[in-house]
Amino acid sequence: MALSNVLEPAVSGFNFENSTRNIVLENGSEEGKIKAPTPMKTGTTIAGVVYKDGVVLGADTRATSDEVVADKMCAKIHYIAPNIYCCGAGTAADTEKTTDMLSSNLTIFSMNSGRNPRVVMAVNILQDMLFRYRGMIGAHIILGGVDCTGSHLYTVGPYGSIDKVPYLAMGSGKLPAMGILEDRFKGNMDLEEAKALVSDAIHAGIMSDLGSGNNIDLCVITKEGVDYIRPHRESIYNYKRQAKYKYKPGTTPVLTKSVNQLELELVHETVQMMETAGSS
Amino acid sequence: MSEEMFPEPEWLSEEVKTGTTIIAVTFDGGVVLGSDSRVSAGEAVVNRVMNKLSPLHDKIYCALSGSAADAQTIAEIVNYQLDVHSIEVEDDPLVCSAATLVKNISYKYKEELSAHLIVAGWDRKKGGQVYATLSGLLTSQPFAIGGSGSFYINGFVDAEYRKNMTKRECQEFVVNALTLAMGRDGSSGGVAYVVTIDKDGAEEKCVLGNELPKFFDE
Repeated sequence: MALSNVLEPAVSGFNFENSTRNIVLENGSEEGKIKAPTPMKTGTTIAGVVYKDGVVLGADTRATSDEVVADKMCAKIHYIAPNIYCCGAGTAADTEKTTDMLSSNLTIFSMNSGRNPRVVMAVNILQDMLFRYRGMIGAHIILGGVDCTGSHLYTVGPYGSIDKVPYLAMGSGKLPAMGILEDRFKGNMDLEEAKALVSDAIHAGIMSDLGSGNNIDLCVITKEGVDYIRPHRESIYNYKRQAKYKYKPGTTPVLTKSVNQLELELVHETVQMMETAGSS
Repeated sequence: MSEEMFPEPEWLSEEVKTGTTIIAVTFDGGVVLGSDSRVSAGEAVVNRVMNKLSPLHDKIYCALSGSAADAQTIAEIVNYQLDVHSIEVEDDPLVCSAATLVKNISYKYKEELSAHLIVAGWDRKKGGQVYATLSGLLTSQPFAIGGSGSFYINGFVDAEYRKNMTKRECQEFVVNALTLAMGRDGSSGGVAYVVTIDKDGAEEKCVLGNELPKFFDE
């Protein structure tokens, strides 16, 4: 039944092996409890809006590792299919891997059937996969795309719940972004209005959330094609290095110098002939 | 600049629940199902317009409550199983069959799933029926309520339910019950979805927040 198992056959029914294993590990054996490792999150603001001719997705570009910004130009809008893109929030590794697997499965499907994938199919595969792992995959995903049935925007939670809505925001900056969206969203907006709305929503997330920041990326998906605008709005805090950090040789004075010769003894020598001529 | 790590909001890691009010009532000739539309993750509202009345077949619907992911998945699986079943028997499925399928899943995976579905519909054999399937039990009742908001309206539905209501009265009863529950339960709110099922099919209606009846709200 599940197409996410094109690469490996599916076991029927629910499979809770991993959950029981985790509970056993955490409750510990005689040696002591094993603490599950804490995953790295990307503290993010992502948002999406359905407008007259398609879907606009937006994301910030900051990836944090605790309190340090690890990547200032991280790409959070991932390719799924020519007509479907998705934004991921939550654990960085989980969103990357999940979206990659989804994209591969959909490509195999389109080659097998000769059809362009529908957004609802991507959503179903994602939901299957996330539900099977009982929330252990920390991926909060916004999926948007245009197919033969129209423009669609879905969100899939880490436990596998789906919501289909015309506008939404996810990530640690979702509350401020949602405020902007709730205030200014209208049905059937035109392109410039929709881009401005998503951009302002992400901007609100960047301003009010420490985990989001830097530039704003936008992705506009219509029946005709995709316009991936990276970056749409750059952060005004663009740091230019003030000076060069290369030091000329001789900057540091040398006080003493001692050389130790390593005594090496030739123990064994073999020669192996390589077959360079190919067999005819 | 802050030295310590910013604390992560709890709702980021919370499971998405449908703290809910759901209700299903039989009348002479069919059933009326109703639900609120709020989906919460901890203290944040994730979706304020979710339709928790999910079709299992043309004239059989189920109302979802508990964990959103678990409930949605059970509904999808039973939808698929009912489709196969109705093709095999070449007839519309009985409401009892749908409820049994839901009960089977709820009972078998009782420890792992936390979802409560109310199954209601119309079939040719027994007319309108409502089945509650909490944790794997299966019971047919004249009406059933569920979800976190149902605790607040137990007294109301017990006092106000009458046998042999008309379709109109039944719909009003459902909307009143939902309004009272949404007014008192923090995890229920938004709009009210009402589905009426009789021999002619299912009719879905959405009652917006400002169209709900008012009860001593000043």
